[in-house]
Amino acid sequence: MSTAILQERQDQMCRTESGSKFSIVCDKESLAGAISQRACVFCGSRVVLYPIADALHLVHGPIGCAVYTWDIRGALSSGPELHRLSFSTDLQERDVIFGGEKKLYAALMELIERHQPKAAFVYSTCIVGIIGDDLKAVCKRVALKKGIPVLPVQSEGFKGNKRDGYRAACEAMFNLVGTGDTSAIPAKSINILGDFNLAGEIWMIRELYNRIGINVVANITGDGRVADICRAHGASLNVVQCSGATMHLARMMENEYGIPNLRVSYFGVEDMAESLYSVAEFFKDKEVMARARQVVKDELEKIYPQLMAYKKALNGKKAAIYVGGAFKAFSLVKAFRLLGMEVVMVGSQTGTEEEYKELQEITAPGTIIVDDSNPLELSSFLKEKEVDIFVGGVKERPIAYKLGVGFCDHNHERKEALAGFSGMLNFAKEVYSSVMSPVWKFMPRMEAQND
Amino acid sequence: MTDNHAPVRGINEFKNTAQSVGRAGGKRRQAPNYISTTNACKLCKPMGAALAFRGIEGSMPFLHGSQGCATYMRRYIISHFNEPMDIASSSLGEKHAVFGGGPNLKLGLTNIIKKFHPRFIGIASTCLTETIGDDVPMLINEFIRENESASELPALVSVSTPSYSGTHMEGFHAAVKAVLKTLVEPGQGEDMINLLPGFLSPAEIRHLQEIVEDFGLRGVVLPDISETLDGPALAEHELIPRGGTKISAIRAMGRARATLEFGRTMADSDSGGSWLARHKGVENYRLGTPIGLRETDRFLAVLEQLSGITTPEKYLSERGRLLDSFTDGHKYVFGKRAVVYGEEDLVAGMTSFLAEIGVQPVLCASGGKSGKLQEAVSEVSHDLSLETPVVQEGTDFYDIAEQTEALKPDFIIGHSKGYHLARKLAIPMIRVGFPIHDRIGGQRLMHIGYRGAQNLFDLIANTLLDKKQSDSEIGYSYM
Repeated sequence: MSTAILQERQDQMCRTESGSKFSIVCDKESLAGAISQRACVFCGSRVVLYPIADALHLVHGPIGCAVYTWDIRGALSSGPELHRLSFSTDLQERDVIFGGEKKLYAALMELIERHQPKAAFVYSTCIVGIIGDDLKAVCKRVALKKGIPVLPVQSEGFKGNKRDGYRAACEAMFNLVGTGDTSAIPAKSINILGDFNLAGEIWMIRELYNRIGINVVANITGDGRVADICRAHGASLNVVQCSGATMHLARMMENEYGIPNLRVSYFGVEDMAESLYSVAEFFKDKEVMARARQVVKDELEKIYPQLMAYKKALNGKKAAIYVGGAFKAFSLVKAFRLLGMEVVMVGSQTGTEEEYKELQEITAPGTIIVDDSNPLELSSFLKEKEVDIFVGGVKERPIAYKLGVGFCDHNHERKEALAGFSGMLNFAKEVYSSVMSPVWKFMPRMEAQND
Repeated sequence: MTDNHAPVRGINEFKNTAQSVGRAGGKRRQAPNYISTTNACKLCKPMGAALAFRGIEGSMPFLHGSQGCATYMRRYIISHFNEPMDIASSSLGEKHAVFGGGPNLKLGLTNIIKKFHPRFIGIASTCLTETIGDDVPMLINEFIRENESASELPALVSVSTPSYSGTHMEGFHAAVKAVLKTLVEPGQGEDMINLLPGFLSPAEIRHLQEIVEDFGLRGVVLPDISETLDGPALAEHELIPRGGTKISAIRAMGRARATLEFGRTMADSDSGGSWLARHKGVENYRLGTPIGLRETDRFLAVLEQLSGITTPEKYLSERGRLLDSFTDGHKYVFGKRAVVYGEEDLVAGMTSFLAEIGVQPVLCASGGKSGKLQEAVSEVSHDLSLETPVVQEGTDFYDIAEQTEALKPDFIIGHSKGYHLARKLAIPMIRVGFPIHDRIGGQRLMHIGYRGAQNLFDLIANTLLDKKQSDSEIGYSYM
């Protein structure tokens, strides 16, 4: 492969070929000096728990971890907005020397007094893992004193990668599950796991479930509420989106409460429709299934003419995808196909071997599949494949823009709803607005091609 | 030789006013004794170091710590500059935290050198590696010894930036000083001047270079992010963005005629200019960031002295037009009350300018804790302001919000993270400094010199006029 790739990383990427054996190495620690796009354990925990809007989220550590995660997700709340504030113990040198427990206790007492949250999550950071503050003990003391759940999140940045952070977040939430009253919950009820209500997406999805006759107990965690999570064990089914973030919670709930789970995705019309059908199928209720069919039909009728107009313009354009979890990439590949576009590169920060295999199966021969990539590699792929649009997050954006390539933000900072049926239309519009812009015509890359 | 203030009119004026602080000085409202921090008005120390390192030719900033630090900072910086911002990391895992991060630091350096061929690597520590006790300078020396046979190693500079001590600005200055301490070389005197401007925008660095050149001086700006964080559209991905202070020029900085360093609140211990003065005998002129009329006058006065020429006509014209616009617009801004927040030196500079145009700064707030902001604010504004502003150091947006609601300002001026305040109070916000995450063009904000003051004056006056016009029931199309 090209000079952009460090030898140690060669086996973390491949090009799909029909018939040949597929192999990729993943779930590795990032290579030092490779400029990984990954973050850390803390980041994983923080993104999962962030949307729980009536909880206090206190970051125990020096200021950086808290300030870089202040109001960074587009996760909306229909009520309280405590999650949009950034709380920190802002540890100073003397705290590092003498321990931060006293400060943590005092900060928690002060903030709980001030904001009256329904629960508090206390995030551990790198340094807390080293100085050895006993988070559990402090949280327990405060919980007793204040009468709310105070939950330590074992999210020391260096103790693994983002996926380990998801796990720590799930474990913290699992302490809440099972503590609420479930008597009023109807039989046909589900929890939505793994949607974070970016730009109000979970509201659209809840509405679709309601329309087919399914009740939603807890949003985990988009527009999340502590009390809902406490009674989440009363639902009959966990519907889980996204590969890593909340699967661990679903598994724990299955073991402890016997609640089965379904994996779904809400991106793209195919996957959105499939989500409704699979939930309807689970409840083995003809009426629910009939309603699901009707909802899908109605929604498709609404968006189809416009979608086809976009398809006409976008047909044959090339897309590249680099996202956090590989699961989202499946839906994106399908969504691009619906728009008549070809995916020529797809990668993720934390995909599993299974997921990459599945990606290989649904992409065209010659597609580049890559794990834990970096700007240098991504730039070389964009250029080699003459990509028209790159889908990723903020860190990927300048890679595309610097080379004069279109971009669509599909990360947690976005302000556009891209899930559900109307989300597919928004997605098409986003892609269209970037790909069809005349500005690319003037870029050096195009001029070089035309010479 | 110790630091010298330039014996010119600007500086003398500065000295005289400093004595009157007690009489007309600002009042320090004691920050409420909160334990927790809510919505910090500062960033962490390694962030500043990474930014400073980005302004050196062929440089790769490198954080010795866990992967998350580098990634979070990249995201934060990218969102402001809309430019690629690579920061390498030693990506420490659990075993490294126990047994030491040395091997991964060296592996990271090796990989960066192999893939990016940098001419410079700036290594900043993080709270993790400071706390586990990694001795980075020693590790780097080992690395250099182990790689002696390598054809040419990049310049390796390390700086200690534990995030539990100081803000991004201390990290920025410490990185600049570390670069100087590591790289300056003895030799023949050079007919050049050093410029240590602190954290200015790429557009401001370009303007600074233009001014110095127009005075016929050869200036070396450290760090120089004018191209590295505001580059052109490209056909080919650059391994490392072009531009940055040339390493050969940095090596000569110990032999320059003088240093001009911006920053009234910078600690002496963090000052690269002081270090050059003390150890290399380079005369240091410490000035306020040239924001507004008088701070720019002071800056140009020093340039006049160093160049031996009078201020070029171009700048006299700009100054004249600025004054002319002051008269055109003075009524629309007079008596308006402003809350100023952000980095301490930026706050001091903005306060200086606001006081000049008759805006009343009512709160000057920063998450930094230099202990000098009070004095700086007083020095630049006490003879102009009718009211003494509240000055708060070491504060956060929770405190700022509390104060702001009580002080009822007409507008706020600072970076994007104050937006929620402006929104809540339904007052305008003037975006200055870092980060600008809710607008494009953060890299092109230009607020220094007379030209920058003109930009600011027009922006502020028009923002206030716009507010008045929008709020008006009638809505005239003239003023």
